[in-house]
Amino acid sequence: MNFEFSDEQNQLRDQAQSFLNDNCPPSKVRAILEGDEPYDKQLWQSIAELGWLSTVIPENHGGLGLSYYELVVIAEELGRVLAPIPFSSSVYLASEAILQFGSDAQKQKWLPRFATGEAIGTFAFGEGAGRPSPASLTTSASGDTITGTKYPVPDGDIADVAIVVTSCDSGDGASLYLADLGEVQRDGVSTLDPSRSHARLTFDSTQAELLGSAGNGWGMTNQLLDRAAVLFAWEQVGGSQAALEQAKAYAMERYAFGRPIAGFQAIKHKLANVYVKNTLARSNCYYGAWALDENNAELALAAATARVSATQSFYFASKENIQTHGGMGFTWEFDCQFFYRRAKLLSVNIGSESWWQDRLITAYEQSNQADAA
Amino acid sequence: MDFNDTPAEATFRQEAREWLEANVPSADDLQGLDEIGRAKLWQKKKYDAGWACIRWPTEYGGRGATAIENVVWGQEEGKFNVPGGVFAIGQGMAAPTLMSWATEEQKREHLPKLASGEHIWCQLFSEPAGGSDLAALRTKAEKDGDEWVINGQKIWTSGAHYSDFGIIVVRTDPEVPKHRGLTYFFLDMKSPGIEVKPIKQISGGANFNEVYFTDVRIPDAQRLGAVGQGWQVSLTTLMNERAAIGGGSGGVGFSRVYRLAQRVTIDDKPAIEDASVRAKLADWYCQETGLRYTGYRSLTALSRGETPGPENSIGKLVGASKLQDMASFAMDLCELSGAVQGEFAEEYGMYPGAYMGAPGGRIAGGSDEIMLNILAERVLGMPQDIRPDKGIPFSQIPTGANN
Repeated sequence: MNFEFSDEQNQLRDQAQSFLNDNCPPSKVRAILEGDEPYDKQLWQSIAELGWLSTVIPENHGGLGLSYYELVVIAEELGRVLAPIPFSSSVYLASEAILQFGSDAQKQKWLPRFATGEAIGTFAFGEGAGRPSPASLTTSASGDTITGTKYPVPDGDIADVAIVVTSCDSGDGASLYLADLGEVQRDGVSTLDPSRSHARLTFDSTQAELLGSAGNGWGMTNQLLDRAAVLFAWEQVGGSQAALEQAKAYAMERYAFGRPIAGFQAIKHKLANVYVKNTLARSNCYYGAWALDENNAELALAAATARVSATQSFYFASKENIQTHGGMGFTWEFDCQFFYRRAKLLSVNIGSESWWQDRLITAYEQSNQADAA
Repeated sequence: MDFNDTPAEATFRQEAREWLEANVPSADDLQGLDEIGRAKLWQKKKYDAGWACIRWPTEYGGRGATAIENVVWGQEEGKFNVPGGVFAIGQGMAAPTLMSWATEEQKREHLPKLASGEHIWCQLFSEPAGGSDLAALRTKAEKDGDEWVINGQKIWTSGAHYSDFGIIVVRTDPEVPKHRGLTYFFLDMKSPGIEVKPIKQISGGANFNEVYFTDVRIPDAQRLGAVGQGWQVSLTTLMNERAAIGGGSGGVGFSRVYRLAQRVTIDDKPAIEDASVRAKLADWYCQETGLRYTGYRSLTALSRGETPGPENSIGKLVGASKLQDMASFAMDLCELSGAVQGEFAEEYGMYPGAYMGAPGGRIAGGSDEIMLNILAERVLGMPQDIRPDKGIPFSQIPTGANN
């Protein structure tokens, strides 16, 4: 039994944590949240230089060729500091899509540019309110052009290229297209978490290139979502842990009735319950990381399990962090809001808790476990 | 990360599995024996072959195995439906306390009989006035020559009615602060003056008892630790208690309730197709795997020769409430017949029993609230509560009408 990170991976965690403590303090998150800049360009440049963007990209495409364990370590640390950069869009979604489904030419064209941060990629999936399905897609493809509106697209305002989910008359009802966003109309979309930017992309007979084969887009989308779910879950667990630490630190310092509020059982039990949810989520994320790295048949179930429990733990940790701070937690001046905003953004960005609960049971039904039970 | 055994673990697992396959008692072997008889038969068989209490040193009846080997053994034995349970307190709690605090002679006398199943032990800690606040206990012991005379009452004593020995903590000095006036002994449960009265539980069973002590005599030689050191000795027992109790599912786990949801219907379709049913089941699946994989992380620490962190203390806390909620939900799935018990096949009729047993799981071995205190204080490092009884002689601590 070896269900732990290696010494080298833990060393990477320490380095990442120390780098981010210096280079991504809460004031940086606040600057993006309050300002006009869509993301922290300096931080983006620095992490590109550290090679984080290229962690799992093979060496022949300009990457480091490391495992997904290294990538989840970085994801957790970026989640902990709520990094205001397009890491998830470019790494978990765009790079992953091209790595998994791209042709050699597509890989050669895009992966080296994603690896250096020279290009930013994203995934254009949603088309407004409601749970997407192949039948709900209105963005369509004709030959090598696509037409339709996608929103909200994370980092759609700054990305160079997007993987776009379109409808398709054949196969599973959808296709994936790679579209250069240079000429595409982009309008900013405001969300509850302005530390991460979003846009509405309007494609109007825009030149685009098929990714994978036509009519396989829904299957590929779901595979991509499973992979991204594990990576996002690690971000969520990092955020949960940081919110717990913030709540505890405040409770130890804040006095009421002549003593630290951390001594009151109402606060102790609240934070112990946060710890319990975080621990269960973290352990589920371990399993998700294993299934992702092995790329085995367990992935769909492991990803949904990690996603559901990490979504729940981050929401719970972030809301109870505000309550632990009392009135101060509700002020703009305090940083508690950052976790609360990010927790909700991450709980809907690749599908809601209830969608993933449903995916979990479906994955269970399709796994060997259901037969064995 | 991988889930494979090391070569040494694999060899050990193979050896354990082969012995179990050849030696697990058949239904015929157990014919005509009661629960205790069955458990004793299996325990003796393991003991004779060197497979009892394998973590213990060989001179005390064990095998001298490592912590991870003990886990591997537990996994392999757990694959068979073998009798057990009645030795959990003696082997899991009394024995570690004896190992830390008894004389060498006492260890050689008692530990092998615990390992072989010859003797069953019980734990006499809780009292009507001392549960979560264990150190508030009142049963008193007064010295008389080389003996102590015990008077008072214990409660919630599992298995007192069939135990041979017991571990007990009593008050030897009411004039000092409560934690300092306690002393710890072990005693023969056949001693004159002990009266055991079963307590009927809301689940209908009667696994635990009230135990009354009237001038019961214990030799001073059976004292563990110094006079007044009983609290420290108790902590040795309590640290092992949560490990011994763990987070049992009571048979109501995800896969069972999932199968139930396949069989019963909502709007003429299998209940499992209903979105709200799927959502609830998904949450319990996450809890179940979260606990399992947390266990894997602890095993990894053991496998590397490290001491596992405190993560595992969440097992009982999460598991007990989960069992309660799942039993309640399973009855809901049965709709109008949900409350009926005993008339259906087991897959439908077991839930009322699980529901009625579940509150006990949230109390035994430390209530939910005590577990949360432990997590907050020992894991998160938050301060202890202010204690109005701190530093005050036990005899002057206020008490209420209910204790």
